Amino acid sequence: MATAHQRTLARFMVAPSVVLLLLWMIVPLAMTLWFSFQRYNLLMPGMEEFIGLSNYRYFLTDPGFWTALTNTLLMVAGILLISVVGGVGLAMLIDQPIFGQGIVRLLVLAPFFVMPTVSALIWKNMFMNPENGLFASLARAVGAQPIDFLGQYPLLSIIVIVAWQWLPFATLILLTSLQSLDSEQVEAAEMDGASAWARFTHLTLPHMSRAITVVILIETIFLLSVFAEILVTTNGGPGYQSTNLTYLVYSQALLQFDVGGASAGGIVAVDPRQHRGALPDAPDRQDAGLRGRTWHAAFPIRANGSSPSSPGRRPC
Amino acid sequence: MGRITLENVRKAFGDVEVIPGVDLTIEDGEFAVFVGPSGCGKSTLLRLIAGLEDVTSGRILIDGQDVTAAPPARRRLAMVFQSYALYPHMSVRKNIAFPLKMAKMPEAEQQRRVAKAARILNLDSYLDRRPGQLSGGQRQRVAIGRAIVREPEAFLFDEPLSNLDAALRVNMRVEISQLHNNLKTTMVYVTHDQVEAMTMADKIVVLRAGRVEQVGSPLALYNKPANKFVAGFIGSPNMNFIDGEAAARHGAHSIGVRPEHWRLSTTEGAFAGQVGVAEHLGSDTFLHVDLDGGAHVIARASGEFPVSHGDRIWLTPQDDRVYRFDKQGLAA
Ligand SMILES: Nc1ncnc2c1ncn2[C@@H]1O[C@H](COP(=O)(O)OP(=O)(O)O)[C@@H](O)[C@H]1O
Ligand SMILES: [Mg+2]
Repeated sequence: MATAHQRTLARFMVAPSVVLLLLWMIVPLAMTLWFSFQRYNLLMPGMEEFIGLSNYRYFLTDPGFWTALTNTLLMVAGILLISVVGGVGLAMLIDQPIFGQGIVRLLVLAPFFVMPTVSALIWKNMFMNPENGLFASLARAVGAQPIDFLGQYPLLSIIVIVAWQWLPFATLILLTSLQSLDSEQVEAAEMDGASAWARFTHLTLPHMSRAITVVILIETIFLLSVFAEILVTTNGGPGYQSTNLTYLVYSQALLQFDVGGASAGGIVAVDPRQHRGALPDAPDRQDAGLRGRTWHAAFPIRANGSSPSSPGRRPC
Repeated sequence: MGRITLENVRKAFGDVEVIPGVDLTIEDGEFAVFVGPSGCGKSTLLRLIAGLEDVTSGRILIDGQDVTAAPPARRRLAMVFQSYALYPHMSVRKNIAFPLKMAKMPEAEQQRRVAKAARILNLDSYLDRRPGQLSGGQRQRVAIGRAIVREPEAFLFDEPLSNLDAALRVNMRVEISQLHNNLKTTMVYVTHDQVEAMTMADKIVVLRAGRVEQVGSPLALYNKPANKFVAGFIGSPNMNFIDGEAAARHGAHSIGVRPEHWRLSTTEGAFAGQVGVAEHLGSDTFLHVDLDGGAHVIARASGEFPVSHGDRIWLTPQDDRVYRFDKQGLAA
């Protein structure tokens, strides 16, 4: 990128993808915005009209809105906490030279390759089921009363399930960062009399701070819209106990066939994710899934029919 | 006090024996240089002394105290790494103060020592910068500063100048020598550069494949190399070796003559040859000469020695400056 000529050429070369991406993001966003100011219910065709902020007022005064907002924030914070702290720990653990290192690393990363719906179903039926789940068996084995996790602690259960899925991602990023820590720096600190804990706080953590920021940013974007895991486990319940904003939009719109209201909710709930474009390396798999989810949220009817959403995230 | 003694120290990485057994004493206040070709185990030996590697067998004593099993921090040594190993997210001040902070020294004393080190090393105006904002030479000074504030028993340097450009290297060489003169602390310095070894050392330890080939002062090694390897390694340009009949005349398997120990003539001498490349340094000229027997030697001539490419030339070694080696390469 040294000369003006090269820069011009570079602009031409990237132009098609930039234009395509812009259209890909701008068009749905613009349509969602437009619908959010319309009365647009699929049960009442031909009645479309401009109704200002009514859709927003309707969504924000919904009895579930504040619970869903709190749940969304709790979910994001909880999952971030588990995946960052756990990720740092796991990364440091599998960075140690051990026998079968390659296999261990592959196993640690495995959950990331399981589809969200599948992993949520596995957790629901094989682990957390109060009758024949693994945890119930364990509880009975020690003579305790099995816990109905999804019924009694729905939000916590979903946090655990989603954290399990995101832990490998955090571990991978943090491990890469850890491996780039200069071993001579660690040795210098050792000679300077720093204990293992002091080396961790003064050297390892500051070194990983940028990677931790990246993990938090990327995960936040995706965690704001957790959907499939809720759909296949608790359906947002009991009550609104495990409903987040994305799920609220979905359930409202699905029940009421109200495209206008759903669009307003989508704008409220989905807005932070529009900044995703600024992040260069969001994983493709999740990205495709996310777009599917956004689509669900804004156009639930089509999502049930022949939608472009990814398989596995479709409400079954 | 900082007297370092190695007793039959061995080191193997798995099956590979890197240090087959070293006995060595570095006296208190001495500037010892480990020198040898790349990969000969200099860094490994230094890291064994530092405690960054465990010895396979043998003992390491500091001031008579066995530290073989002691962790690095307990050995009261400070090390300057080749990559400087500065902490990138800390300011220069915090870098230098780090060992003091780890030792839980009172804040005022920390500041006093940092200020003193900064004054010695000319770092006053950089104290609040990050290492990334410094030049190579400045980073080197910070690394030395971090080492001296601890007032260690001995300093360990692992090729500290190899990342600097030639001019800076000469400056830092002098600065480190001056630092040694001022502090009078034991220093162990690793380098592959025999010029650094010759100019800085009180005692040079020549290593080859993990073995100590010879230990001595720079001039002792220059004047009385114990074997062909040391003779060839010390001195610049390298010593010329001549085998065969010419060597047999001196009663040896092989003889060595340093480039500066030839008498040159355009008319007569012991060896005749043809001038190849002539390197003019101004003060001296190094002549690459192809002898008639097939040997290739280098001779130092004065700056204005009147020969050029292709001329005939005669070389005669100075009588007392012919080094004789037997079949095993040992000095005879
Ligand atoms: N951690 C290690 N594991 C295996 N071999 C090593 C290790 N460190 C050094 N070596 C080997 O030991 C030899 C000496 O290395 P080193 O002490 O770094 O040499 P020098 O500093 O003299 O260039 C080399 O052959 C190197 O490959
Ligand atoms: Mg080395």
